[in-house]
Amino acid sequence: MHEISIATSIVEAVTEHVKAAGGAEVRSVTLRIGRLSAVHEDSLRFSFDLICEGTPLATAALRIIDVPVRIWCPNCTREVELPGIQSFACPVCGTRSGDIRAGRELDLESIEVADPVEGMSR
Amino acid sequence: MTVIPRILEVRTRILKKNDELARELRGRFERAGVLVVNMVSSPGTGKTAFLKQTLIRLATRGDAVAAIVGDLETDNDARRLAESGVPVRQIQTHGLCHLEADMVAAQLTGWDLASLRYLFIENVGNLVCPTSWDLGESVRLALLAVSEGEDKPLKYPGLFNTADIAAITKIDLAVACEFDRDLARANIEAVRPGMRILETSAKTGAGLDEWLAYLADCRAHRAGRPAYDRGSDDLSRSP
Repeated sequence: MHEISIATSIVEAVTEHVKAAGGAEVRSVTLRIGRLSAVHEDSLRFSFDLICEGTPLATAALRIIDVPVRIWCPNCTREVELPGIQSFACPVCGTRSGDIRAGRELDLESIEVADPVEGMSR
Repeated sequence: MTVIPRILEVRTRILKKNDELARELRGRFERAGVLVVNMVSSPGTGKTAFLKQTLIRLATRGDAVAAIVGDLETDNDARRLAESGVPVRQIQTHGLCHLEADMVAAQLTGWDLASLRYLFIENVGNLVCPTSWDLGESVRLALLAVSEGEDKPLKYPGLFNTADIAAITKIDLAVACEFDRDLARANIEAVRPGMRILETSAKTGAGLDEWLAYLADCRAHRAGRPAYDRGSDDLSRSP
């Protein structure tokens, strides 16, 4: 269950960024998770809720962008998307390639914050 | 009161702190001239036996070596490894399923890294969780025992895909386990094309000379960055 460690890192990073940007309430957190990152989405959601309890992130929604694996196919001379992660071969021509161009992401993409504003002038 | 939502485009790695510390460690290891190996496998693959034989062989030929070993509980592995006569330190994670860079950093106190040629880190036995934590190593070794089933690499492609080299262990038991060598090799090749695969036995010593030659070669020629390291926190850069 390393997702607890990952969720802890997310909450720490989000808290720092929101503080630095002077944001108030965190509405949502968006991640990019590559299929090779060995993260289980349900476990991460469960861990995130657990870690966020009692923090300003308690009501934040977690959005996860699933990133498929892309490899460079030397035969087709282009990047191709793999349907899974068990065969690193070009789905078009079958050429094997370990030249990974995407799929290892474990990234914090963006944070949606809500700033309460009193007495708007416009 | 009005609420204005806004989006902070952060674009950073979730494990940035670990990655930064790992990169710092890698620089420190490189400057000291010590090759660091992170050993990953499921529990029971024989990491400790493999490492013990590696340490004995390296120490016998005069190479200064040391080891750090991670387990959830007990210092049994450190005691087993210490029988080889080399300095060994145990990390007890007390439930944490993987090692992180700061745990490794904390173990380095008092060790003269420049006097070492090789430092081995035996990770917690787990084929999932250690995947994403860079420990500052230059070589990640994935081990697979003949008793585990040839399809382990297909079941845990994430971890095998981050490895630089694979060792099949307990090859002396291959016949008893009805181990299909070609199938295991094909499965490793499928999830990590081109990765070197050693067939080893800590009991008979099979494959260990080849392993030591690989290590010496890495120490002599390789830039100290594992294959999976993306090298930068700048996510807008193409990989």
